[in-house]
Amino acid sequence: MELIWQGIFKAVELVFGGDSEVWAITWLSLKISATATLISLLLGIPLGILLALSRFPGRAIAVALVNTGMGLPPVVVGLFISILLWRSGPLGFLELIYTPSAMIIAQVVIAFPIVAGLTMASFQSLDPNLALQLLGIGASKLQALWLLCKEARLPLLAAVMAGFGGVISEVGASMMVGGNIRAQTRVLTTATVLETSKGNFDIAIALGLILLALCFALNFLLTHIQQRGQMRWPRLS
Amino acid sequence: MAEALLALRDIRVQHGATTALEVSSFDVHAGEVVAVIGPNGAGKSTLLRVMGLLQQPGSGSVYFRGEQATPKNSLEMRRCMASVFQEPLLLNGTVYANAALGLKLRGLPGDQIHEKLWPWLERLGIAHLTSRQVRTLSGGEAQRTSLARGLVLDPDLILLDEPFSALDAPTREALLLDLREILAETRITTVMVTHDLQEAAALGERIGVLSQGKLLQLASQREIFTRPVSEGVAAIVGMETRIPGVIEQTAHGITTVRFNGGTARVRADFPPGAKVTLCIRPEDIDVNHYLGERNCPKEKICIRGNVLRISPSIAHYRIAIQAECGFVSALASKSSFTELSLREGDDVSASFRLAAVHVI
Repeated sequence: MELIWQGIFKAVELVFGGDSEVWAITWLSLKISATATLISLLLGIPLGILLALSRFPGRAIAVALVNTGMGLPPVVVGLFISILLWRSGPLGFLELIYTPSAMIIAQVVIAFPIVAGLTMASFQSLDPNLALQLLGIGASKLQALWLLCKEARLPLLAAVMAGFGGVISEVGASMMVGGNIRAQTRVLTTATVLETSKGNFDIAIALGLILLALCFALNFLLTHIQQRGQMRWPRLS
Repeated sequence: MAEALLALRDIRVQHGATTALEVSSFDVHAGEVVAVIGPNGAGKSTLLRVMGLLQQPGSGSVYFRGEQATPKNSLEMRRCMASVFQEPLLLNGTVYANAALGLKLRGLPGDQIHEKLWPWLERLGIAHLTSRQVRTLSGGEAQRTSLARGLVLDPDLILLDEPFSALDAPTREALLLDLREILAETRITTVMVTHDLQEAAALGERIGVLSQGKLLQLASQREIFTRPVSEGVAAIVGMETRIPGVIEQTAHGITTVRFNGGTARVRADFPPGAKVTLCIRPEDIDVNHYLGERNCPKEKICIRGNVLRISPSIAHYRIAIQAECGFVSALASKSSFTELSLREGDDVSASFRLAAVHVI
């Protein structure tokens, strides 16, 4: 018990005492995961819409691949990205292994199917005649698409949350392709693993708490947006 | 006749191996209200989507104001039309935002939208609901919002896809009456598809009959209900009694038709020996207890049979009679039915005027 309390006190001290290394790690984590999420949204939302609204040969396979991708183990992603980016690997000439860019690539591979899958589900939950109705009152195709996105914005926010939550908290891939290099590729999760293994529970707890607080803050914000103006269950007497 | 506002030519739509729609020609003229009836799966919605340029036909062309629709000009043409579906299909938001959507998509400024929209909201009785979220609306209110969204566009053509069928009876009745008045006042060219004969009869000046993707007949309401061109149309428009017969002789436009159990002299022109069908609407048939051949009035045709089934409804009793020549279906008002005190199995005489008979 003593260990935990001590750890928490030290953690609070580190967080609010302005320990520059802790904050640098936090900032890097945010930068990498936010970039990866953004790229995943740019790729995953159009793919999800395409899979939901159009019919083409091979669509069933694409849907199955996306659904499988939603549950990809980060370690496996880390393994394959490592092989690809390895100095003697097929993309080795890019010299990306053990850089933040490599971590972003790995995190995109993890988050992109999640975003695509949830986007597809959110568009499929709309009435299939809604698109026709919008065109039927004179919307251009682009206007109709935009209105459908707005209509599906609540489940789309869930896709953002799930994508970001998935990558900010994964450790396997970041460790493998980033290498946990101090001041270069060390992020909250990899640093927590390292400090725990060294027995520095106070620092580990501090990092863990920051990670938790980040996830909570982001989800709180998005949930607030999502639940605004939502239907309420009637109060039962 | 003047150039059609909308014309379909050689339209064909395939759904896999089945033909969903095959219409060689369908003209809609400015200012008219056309109702298209047909059973479920007849291709009614497909027809309307093709007309509204919401679905590209496999082959064939759509002409709007004489100009052929292409992917290039279709947005411009769609903006002269409005579609209203069976479900209101509103977006999350207020009644006002939804009703205003079509105008907003056309880039109209807010004050002009307000000016155009308000009369329609009042006309449709939803002006007091403008700030309500659409998910709190009743079915009728939501459908009125959907209608306002279409009508405010002042379209050259409005396309209604079973707009009343998701509503309960009193709501449907009220909205049907309102829409009838609005269409009579504004003379907006309208095509409505429905499976309900009453709705078609209430709105359609011309009526088309669609079955298995084919347009069987397109004619004035009176013609469709009294002079269907085929047995298929007769069945769809409610001519429930269809008696097979053979032409015996024709003279001076009067034809004698022999059928199992009797003959009828009707106004028609067929060569002797031709096989025909006598069609009679159920409301044109009277039923009485059978009292012998002599009791049949001279100007009527009487058919003897047994009551097979009696099905009550709100205003009528539907009486199915098994006769030698086939099934005869009659509608009796509640009072006349009570007077008769008919039972299943009774020996009855079904009679109808010669003028009520349509020969195909």
